[in-house]
Amino acid sequence: MDKLNKKDYENLVNKKVPKPTYGKNMIMAFIVGGIICTIGQGFTNYLQSVGFNEEQVSTGVSIIMVFLGSLLTGLGIYDKIGKIGGAGAAVPITGFANSIVAPAMEYKSEGFIFGVASKMFIIAGPVLVYGVGSSIIVGLLSILFKG
Amino acid sequence: MEYIKTFIIGGAICVLGQIILDRTKLTPAHILVSFLTAGVILGGLGLYEPIAKFGGAGAKIPISGFGYSLSQGAIKGAQEKGIIGAFTGGLQATAGGIAAAILFGYTMAIIFNPKTKD
Repeated sequence: MDKLNKKDYENLVNKKVPKPTYGKNMIMAFIVGGIICTIGQGFTNYLQSVGFNEEQVSTGVSIIMVFLGSLLTGLGIYDKIGKIGGAGAAVPITGFANSIVAPAMEYKSEGFIFGVASKMFIIAGPVLVYGVGSSIIVGLLSILFKG
Repeated sequence: MEYIKTFIIGGAICVLGQIILDRTKLTPAHILVSFLTAGVILGGLGLYEPIAKFGGAGAKIPISGFGYSLSQGAIKGAQEKGIIGAFTGGLQATAGGIAAAILFGYTMAIIFNPKTKD
């Protein structure tokens, strides 16, 4: 009897737990991510048209997108984009900027050093550790396997 | 046509992230770190380059493109300056983005306050 009740209960819970809307989430991520990248492409084309070289273009576009991501996070707009787009807002470099500004704002009350400046890197820190660390290994390997 | 390619590649990379978010217990922070590292590794193996050639900003704006830039910089540095270059190349190639993230991230966090949740 007890077992049966447990099973019934589990079935009930499974019925009531909201299913993530996989299809809709994927479509929204595709659209939002696509739009952000297309905006980046617009800046790329613009910087190319004013005569920047390849390296300057890619650095310039990163700087602009990081600026926009930070500003929209400060204004509270990026949160709304994130709610609609999910990973579509998180994966682009603007989402990286968002991951810096959001916790830094949140922890401002803890001061400008241990609050803002330290919490800025709560996600950006690991990103840099793994990114820079693995890039050095790739560079070293490229010397070993020259060709 | 260029914009369509960008949209599709950029969108597809984000959908991949969304699938991982919905089907696993990983958080957006995990996605950022793993996509970045994937970009570094794929860049090192020369597999990201065709995606970047085809997708333009669609491959470079996602965080995996940041990893690609890191690895390309490190490889270029290593080929030109040896071991020292392997250490300096990655950060050199991405210095602008990182510096911007630090400056703008700090400034915006000082200027604005978190919006109260509804």
